[in-house]
Amino acid sequence: MATKASRSAARIMMAPAVILLLGWMLVPLIMTLWFSFRVYLPLRGGDQGWAGFDNYTRFVSSSSFWPAVQTTLIIVLGVLAITVIFGILIALLLDQPIWGQGVVRILVIAPFFVMPTVSALVWKNMFMDPVNGLFAHLWRFFGAEPVSWLSDASMGSIIMIVSWQWLPFATLILLTAVQSLDSEQLEAAEMDGAPWLKRFWFIVLPHLSRAITIVILIQTIFLLAIFAEIFVTTGGAFGTRTLSYLIFQRVLESQNVGLGSAGGVYAIILANIIAIFLMRIVGKNLD
Amino acid sequence: MGQIQLKQVTKSFGDVQVIPPLDLTIEDGEFTVFVGPSGCGKSTLLRLIAGLEDITTGHIEIDGTDATDLVPAKRGLAMVFQSYALYPHMSVRKNIAFPLRMAKMDKAEIDRRVNAAAEVLNLADYIDRRPGQLSGGQRQRVAIGRAIVREPSAFLFDEPLSNLDAALRVGMRMEISELHKKLATTMVYVTHDQVEAMTMADKIVVLHAGVIEQVGSPLELYRTPRNTFVAGFIGSPKMNLINGEEAAKHNAATIGIRPEHIDVVESGGTWTGTVGVAEHLGSDTFFHIHNTGLAETITVRAIGDVSLTHGDTIHLNPRNDELHRFGADGLRIA
Repeated sequence: MATKASRSAARIMMAPAVILLLGWMLVPLIMTLWFSFRVYLPLRGGDQGWAGFDNYTRFVSSSSFWPAVQTTLIIVLGVLAITVIFGILIALLLDQPIWGQGVVRILVIAPFFVMPTVSALVWKNMFMDPVNGLFAHLWRFFGAEPVSWLSDASMGSIIMIVSWQWLPFATLILLTAVQSLDSEQLEAAEMDGAPWLKRFWFIVLPHLSRAITIVILIQTIFLLAIFAEIFVTTGGAFGTRTLSYLIFQRVLESQNVGLGSAGGVYAIILANIIAIFLMRIVGKNLD
Repeated sequence: MGQIQLKQVTKSFGDVQVIPPLDLTIEDGEFTVFVGPSGCGKSTLLRLIAGLEDITTGHIEIDGTDATDLVPAKRGLAMVFQSYALYPHMSVRKNIAFPLRMAKMDKAEIDRRVNAAAEVLNLADYIDRRPGQLSGGQRQRVAIGRAIVREPSAFLFDEPLSNLDAALRVGMRMEISELHKKLATTMVYVTHDQVEAMTMADKIVVLHAGVIEQVGSPLELYRTPRNTFVAGFIGSPKMNLINGEEAAKHNAATIGIRPEHIDVVESGGTWTGTVGVAEHLGSDTFFHIHNTGLAETITVRAIGDVSLTHGDTIHLNPRNDELHRFGADGLRIA
């Protein structure tokens, strides 16, 4: 039904959505680019003219830049490793016929519905609080000294909170992949003399490879930008300042919009490099 | 060696017994076909032999040793699945080599066996391709290749041809039969297609609701069906089974006469009726005949192209020496 008239009608009808989306993306992008070349200090004289590439060199030469990149990478890789490995294990478990399957599946997916801010606050106050948290009580029950998680094991704690949030997503995608595996293939492998672990390694894991790349791709894009979890727990202290958090601090805490915008442009470039890289891998896997 | 013996084997899923106590011996080197309508338990029976399902009670012996509790891999059997179950991420070569790799065979021996299998099955042209790039018939060959490299004591086929188109099915049927002649290994073959059963089998096992109705060579089953079920199931088109008065004339509850054993005559004849549907195949013509005074529609096979069409009157003469008689319990009366 692709006549000339229907095609132009489709274009006209799609136009509002396309224009809205483009505007939504282009306006902030252009504003960020604009501010990154300005000396703009809202509380100290406002917009004070061109800065050239000053903001860009200052952002990178700052002593907190490389540690922030490192922190970002550790969090992203840590969360990816935990969600993929446990996602596969939980997906295999949920694939087994068990009593109350439907309820269990909904419970497993539940964390994904909790807002990042809320889940981080719940973890911070109900589990990790060194005085009244459940972990503190548990530690004391066994006669151990409670750990002040968010200051002494800050990175581990944040990786755990974020992993808890993203595990359901990984599990869900991997579960559908596990369920799409032809059971006759597993039976054939069983007849061919492959014990359980080898069936997993040679049949199940290759079958899941596509789903795993998709999980990694989507999660990386979102994890590069995590903010709320850090904001409400450590506030960027104790070595948990990621790149996005550093940008936030430059703009709001140092009140330097120009410097922060330059950081934002770096983040866009970094995210795009990773996205292109991942798209290539996925493209190869999706043949 | 590849003798398989089932002794008082039963299988239940929950409270439902799908296979009541069953005894069966499959001799070494025999091509045995399990045939029956869908849901008759033939695939379940094959899976019990393979070890993919646990039997509820009874024993399975392979070559005289008890294999009831052996895991599938240890039974020395190879299976070809209905969906072929090839590993999609491996090349044909790796697919075929997989069971040998699992058996930790050395590389030179694996290569030798894979090449030998590729030669037997003419796989050489696409040995480095993935299963996704192959046609149905080629996939079927790869699945068979993966089975033969293990040099099993018996092959199990689970409806291997049901996903192929009609022409290819006839071709693969011949190839499997030839393979059986070449390897002289026991083969157990499950199908719902009685033509496959008749053309390939040394021994046919007719199953119905988990019960063995009859075991015998194809012609034995054709000539002397033990009961009305086997009579109706074996042979194409189906045997005419006639109840009531006409059967009583022959001192039976049911009489059976095959379509090819009824002659079309010019006039007279035992039965006279009108032609309903006439199927002209060139070599044969099948007539479905109504209004013969019998409750049943009669099917007749006439040799060659007989020019009778819908609505014509037809005179039939069944050959009395080819008549099968069955009692009220459905069993054959000698």
